[in-house]
Amino acid sequence: MASHNESIIREPLVTGDNITYAKVTEDILRPVENMPNKAWWIGFTVASLGACLWVFAVSWTFWYGIGEWGLNKTVGWAWDITGFVWWVGIGHAGTLISAILLLFRQNWRNSINRSAEAMTIFAVICAATYVVSHMGRPWLAYWPLPLPNQFGSLWINFNSPLVWDVFAISTYFSVSLLFWYTGLLPDMAAIRDRATGIRRRIYSICSFGWTGSVKTWQRFEAVCLILAGVSTPLVLSVHTIVSMDFATSLEPGWHTTIFPPYFVAGAIFSGFAMVQTLLLITRKVLGLENYITMFHIEAMNKIILVTGSIVGVAYLTEFFIAYYSGGEYEQYTFLNRFIGPYWWAGCMMYGCNVLMTQLMWFKGIRTSIRVSWMMSIVVNIGMWFERFVIIVISLHRDFVPSSWAMFYPTWVDMSVFIGSIGLFFTMFLLFIRVMPSIAIAEVKLLLKSSSEQSKKKILAEGHVDAEQAEFYKESLTRFDSVELSAYEK
Amino acid sequence: MSKTKFILGLFDDPDVMMHGIDALQKNSVPIYDVYTPMPIHGIDDKLGIKGSRLGYAAFMFGILGGTTIFSIIYYTLVHDWPMNIGGKPAFTVPNFIPATFEWTVLFTAFGMTITFFFANHLFPGRAPRVMDLRATDDRFVIAIDAKGNVSHDEITNILKEAGAVEVKHNDRKYVSYE
Repeated sequence: MASHNESIIREPLVTGDNITYAKVTEDILRPVENMPNKAWWIGFTVASLGACLWVFAVSWTFWYGIGEWGLNKTVGWAWDITGFVWWVGIGHAGTLISAILLLFRQNWRNSINRSAEAMTIFAVICAATYVVSHMGRPWLAYWPLPLPNQFGSLWINFNSPLVWDVFAISTYFSVSLLFWYTGLLPDMAAIRDRATGIRRRIYSICSFGWTGSVKTWQRFEAVCLILAGVSTPLVLSVHTIVSMDFATSLEPGWHTTIFPPYFVAGAIFSGFAMVQTLLLITRKVLGLENYITMFHIEAMNKIILVTGSIVGVAYLTEFFIAYYSGGEYEQYTFLNRFIGPYWWAGCMMYGCNVLMTQLMWFKGIRTSIRVSWMMSIVVNIGMWFERFVIIVISLHRDFVPSSWAMFYPTWVDMSVFIGSIGLFFTMFLLFIRVMPSIAIAEVKLLLKSSSEQSKKKILAEGHVDAEQAEFYKESLTRFDSVELSAYEK
Repeated sequence: MSKTKFILGLFDDPDVMMHGIDALQKNSVPIYDVYTPMPIHGIDDKLGIKGSRLGYAAFMFGILGGTTIFSIIYYTLVHDWPMNIGGKPAFTVPNFIPATFEWTVLFTAFGMTITFFFANHLFPGRAPRVMDLRATDDRFVIAIDAKGNVSHDEITNILKEAGAVEVKHNDRKYVSYE
């Protein structure tokens, strides 16, 4: 039942007074039903300029070939695969929030899942364009599919992790899209029923004729639960397989069995950082402070801390195994991360991902919006350097010293990368304009059990343990969206 | 003869609406359907709606997906064109697991969701059969088929007493058709 009261010592997930069901709809749909504000236009202009740069640089690559990138015979993978792994990793947080946290019944996911899932889809689009363009002949991109052909048929090799990757990424993208869109249907219907004219027509088509009848909701919940159940192993498999692109090779620095868990943890780590980067701005610009509260921010920071520490342990393990293996190439590669010509990239990786993240142990840092946002940027940068270090440092000096080389990016490399960020933000900004950025129906579920006003009512009734009530009031002091004067005695 | 086709009881609170369902059932008024802006657990039990069988569909689609890709892999790499990779066997099952897993998930997800859309008649362009426009916003709507339930006033009274904020007598089944 919706009226189930939860323990008073849990922080509220929806803050503010007089939040009714209608107000939830109103608040969340405000950016969709009104003209965008100035901040949106500025952001959109900058982002779409970036997207134009991306279109130009990718077209340039398609036209002239990947010789336009800074790759050479020794370093055959560089910014392209770095960007690919970085974007795929960012995507992972969305699925973690929508699937794994659903299975664990973490209700705080309800207000962040929608935008995090959208972020997943846009990040995977960015990632996919890297693999397609790095194929060199993108018009032959269908070759990794098991299609009958005129070479024999010479089939694709299912023993190859690169083929697994094609299957993993395409499945991941399509299942994420399906999960996201199915979840959007009730909210699209909410927009439809409030709109008029052409908008109603468009949202009517997009909402598939949703009515919210008992049977629809019942099946909808079954679908969401099972989709979460299959998405959970799926998301773990995706980055596992990405890591196998490296781990199944014989390259020093790549050939390690720790890669799958290490990559998955790193992916969730970087993904949550990107969610934080986006949501801290979104909540401010769209005025959603009551729905994305300090509790959400702190919870995400805690996940960043945990996954960052897992990544830290993985780094240490790598070093230990390099030493313990006795393999001189392996040992050199790891030493080279600090004393080689790319020492600065190694320092960025270890500094940003391990040292900086440990600051999250301090509550003051976890609950400061400004610091959290900066930390999220630091993690984004650090995780980009992690992939750069793994890929380029391992490749640039491996077995034969005569073939050692350096990698220097060209303007095309840089433009594709900067442009992909522009593309990502363009898609995200368009998303928050035309679709509800918070799952309306799911937030409504929290209103009677976990909102600040429902807890206020419980406090007013006075059947609460005084110590617990005190604890609850204390926990509210770090919220920026709570009127504290209401709690003074 | 009254032109009313459907009687709608509009509630502003899910728990009050549940009492409304109880009250109607106590008076043996059959309920046509209930429309809510969010999933409310327990209505399906009260209305005697059986649990969803989509889980079985999902399982079958998963089996289908796994078998399909495994058969493709077996045919291509073992039967049609086995490759000699260092003299190792062509039928390398562990290497076939990733692709098999991915298609199992892919078929499960799409098969189940398409079954759901099919069963509930959801598809792009479907005319929304909405009885009250606020049912996706802040109203919890109990719909009662007016035909056969002669005493409309009595139903109205039951709903009002149960706490309905508004009771509507709709002449049309769906308000959303233009």
